Amino acid sequence: MENYIIEMLHITKEFPGIKANDDITLKLKKGEIHALLGENGAGKSTLMSVLFGLYQPEKGEIKKNGEVVQINGPKDANELGIGMVHQHFKLVEIFTVLENIILGVEPNRMGFLQKKEARDKVIALSEKYGLQVDPDAYIEKISVGMQQRVEILKMLYRDNDILIFDEPTAVLTPQEIDELMEIMRGFSKEGKSILFITHKLNEIMSVADRCTVLRKGKYIGTVDIKETNKEELSRMMVGRDVNFVVDKKEQEAGEVILSVDQVTVASKISKKNSVSDVSFKVRAGEIVCLAGIDGNGQTELVSAITGLDKINQGEVLLCGKNITKAPIRVRSKTGMSHIPEDRHKHGLVLDYSLEENTVLQRYFEPVFQKKGFIKKPQVRTYCETLSGQFDVRSGQGPVTIVRTMSGGNQQKAILARELDKKHELLVAVQPTRGLDVGAIEFVHKQLVATRDAGKAVLLVSLELDEVLNVSDRILVMYEGEIVGEFKSNEVTPQELGLYMSGAKRNNTKENSYAKK
Amino acid sequence: MQKNKTSPSLKDRIHTLTSSKGGSAFTATLLAIGMGLLFGFLVMLLASPFNSVPGFLEILLGGASRLGDVLYFATPILMTGLAVGFAFKMGLFNIGASGQYTMGMFFSLYVAFMWELPTSIHWIACIIAGMVGGMLWGIIPGLLKATLNVNEVITSIMFNYIGMYLVDMWIQGNAVMYVSSKTRTQYLPASAQIPSLGITGSNVNFAIVIAIVIAVLLFVVLNKTIFGFELKATGFNKHASQYAGMNGKRNIILTMVIAGGLAGLGGAFAILAPSSIAGSSMTYEPISVIAANGFNGIAVALLGNSSPIGIIFSALFISYIQRGGTLATMFGYKPEIIDVVIAVIIYFSAFSMLMKNTLAKILHNMANKVHTKDAENRTTKDHKKGGK
Repeated sequence: MENYIIEMLHITKEFPGIKANDDITLKLKKGEIHALLGENGAGKSTLMSVLFGLYQPEKGEIKKNGEVVQINGPKDANELGIGMVHQHFKLVEIFTVLENIILGVEPNRMGFLQKKEARDKVIALSEKYGLQVDPDAYIEKISVGMQQRVEILKMLYRDNDILIFDEPTAVLTPQEIDELMEIMRGFSKEGKSILFITHKLNEIMSVADRCTVLRKGKYIGTVDIKETNKEELSRMMVGRDVNFVVDKKEQEAGEVILSVDQVTVASKISKKNSVSDVSFKVRAGEIVCLAGIDGNGQTELVSAITGLDKINQGEVLLCGKNITKAPIRVRSKTGMSHIPEDRHKHGLVLDYSLEENTVLQRYFEPVFQKKGFIKKPQVRTYCETLSGQFDVRSGQGPVTIVRTMSGGNQQKAILARELDKKHELLVAVQPTRGLDVGAIEFVHKQLVATRDAGKAVLLVSLELDEVLNVSDRILVMYEGEIVGEFKSNEVTPQELGLYMSGAKRNNTKENSYAKK
Repeated sequence: MQKNKTSPSLKDRIHTLTSSKGGSAFTATLLAIGMGLLFGFLVMLLASPFNSVPGFLEILLGGASRLGDVLYFATPILMTGLAVGFAFKMGLFNIGASGQYTMGMFFSLYVAFMWELPTSIHWIACIIAGMVGGMLWGIIPGLLKATLNVNEVITSIMFNYIGMYLVDMWIQGNAVMYVSSKTRTQYLPASAQIPSLGITGSNVNFAIVIAIVIAVLLFVVLNKTIFGFELKATGFNKHASQYAGMNGKRNIILTMVIAGGLAGLGGAFAILAPSSIAGSSMTYEPISVIAANGFNGIAVALLGNSSPIGIIFSALFISYIQRGGTLATMFGYKPEIIDVVIAVIIYFSAFSMLMKNTLAKILHNMANKVHTKDAENRTTKDHKKGGK
């Protein structure tokens, strides 16, 4: 019989109206990397919260090294050596790295803080595991990847040897993901056990030893990674076959819909321009992708095109109309749909109901209002139709408060709103971020359908797979400039990577001038 | 008192009420009121044990014998409550209701004394003038916020002082309005006074009807119109409203103008009220004090959860309990006792939702104690996540 460091046996956790975990068993071996796979809402986070003591299960028990333990809160979990990196980091922004790491377990002598001691320990740990951080940097000043290292160091500082990572790669760049994988392998060699929550199959295949799959709160199975493949895992997760390759027919691009001409956007934080002298065109019936590592000016460029921020120089034309200085409402009416990068900040009013959010861009149209009064019945019917068409699922239908919906369904609601609105151009910024495989497949299909219907699509994506699979043409951005332009079927991921990291560039500026 | 009346079915009622959003806010408010009253009783018990029971009963029931006064005193705080609550729906904290209220008073007084109009419309003109005065005092912080992004809290606090001193100065400098020997304004001409509702011994007048109609209108505006849709969207998430192409600047200015107008109306209603003593009227005393009714508006709005309908009831309640508090002085208590009670009620209502959740949790789960606030917050958050 094998020895397990942690056993969660027959865990059942109910919430009013739903069984979030239904008789789930998960066994973690010492020194293994164990992936926990499932779609959004499958019960992964609930199960981990049970292990971390945030919830008490109705049924089932937890054993550590074969003995039953009672975990009543994060503090108990900590004493058992269980640490967790949450998906949304729990850091004090205005504290330094060191202060955050020791928070709650400050070494002191008669109430006086002993920072020296703490600093030595942190530096020793960061050297040992290759987690480079500056102990005196302020959290608000360091990158997201760096913040994650701080979270990891927090666990190490507390001598945890069972580490839970809740979707750790969602916020990282491809390079940072590779580094994290390396760090995780290092931990496992050290004998630390890792629980790794994710829905990205590539990561599981590359780093995990075993994988437990949940679906809709139920236990589906545990498999050895060596004996399985992506297709099997995704079938277990979604319950059906998933098509990884996007079906797309060749299609001639039509007339120019969006024309961006020598656009420059000043940076808000530094004196450099975040977008400098960028020109490109998007035609009807094509998907153009802005690829690049996060923070190379894509966000700023899109904000300039969509009107969320001002343009310092240059011009933007939509359907032949100059919209450089136009208010957002005018852009929207001229034919721009926008799936924003941050769906909680921009895309949705979270405290509004689903039906109110579906008309967020159209409430002023005569269909939905009469003399300034909103036509509630029409809004309701419209929301019901759209929800059916785009398979938006919600607890109470049109009156569901959007905050209570899952991320995937929130994104579908935005997609439905923006695609159903009259538009010639769709600007989609990381439309699949944080979504599970099934939802990603859906979004990709919709993007291609939009293109096939003769609309122009400008896609911004950080995922190389997405960039290569979905788009027709790829523009690579590096430090605010476009450094390469490719047809997606004529370029390899390696080649793109070189351009994205700034190691290679070709002069596309001349090309686009020539096209004019 | 309300609790005693409904005690047999209270549990069931609360249960059904909590199922809706507005209902659970209502339950939470009732809980806060209960705790506030209890706390007030404890203070009274400590201050004077023997008088505490009759004194407390007077607070609870005294208002019932003076319903006219309850309505009369509720009118201005209902308006300032709306002024605060309406702006709050947009995400603006209009702390300047006092200044707008005082401006409204002055504009009303000016039209009352300086304009000669037919009796039938004089008082209406005075009310409208009050509204314009308040609007003027609301639009400036609104403009500054919209164009230069100056925090409306700071500007409107400053405008409370500017408004109050300006009005004091203008009144003292106007020989027609001001009686310097009595340090107050003249009695208002009868034509400028709002028609009384005819309850003897009370100043209650037609203004309470107007105020309630306005509150209902605001409810309609907020919940049925495009403007309300934009306003609440901006209040909930200003980034999303920008993304959706709503005109944030225009809406900020408009909201502050309306809020100012509401507070101005409050001032007009207060100063134009008819007196129950023949030949006299309300007067304005320039004594360099910021009008308390503006700040009472904040309390009213908080207790009413910023909803216009809620504000009608919270204004009536606060006015009711204030009347009772005045009567408690018969038992040797200082009238300030009621301000303590109101303050505690507001204080509890600020976190009553939290208390209600905790209470339910304790009842449901006696064995498992709540660990930390952090853990609890996370629980409710994840709960929602898992519950979809």
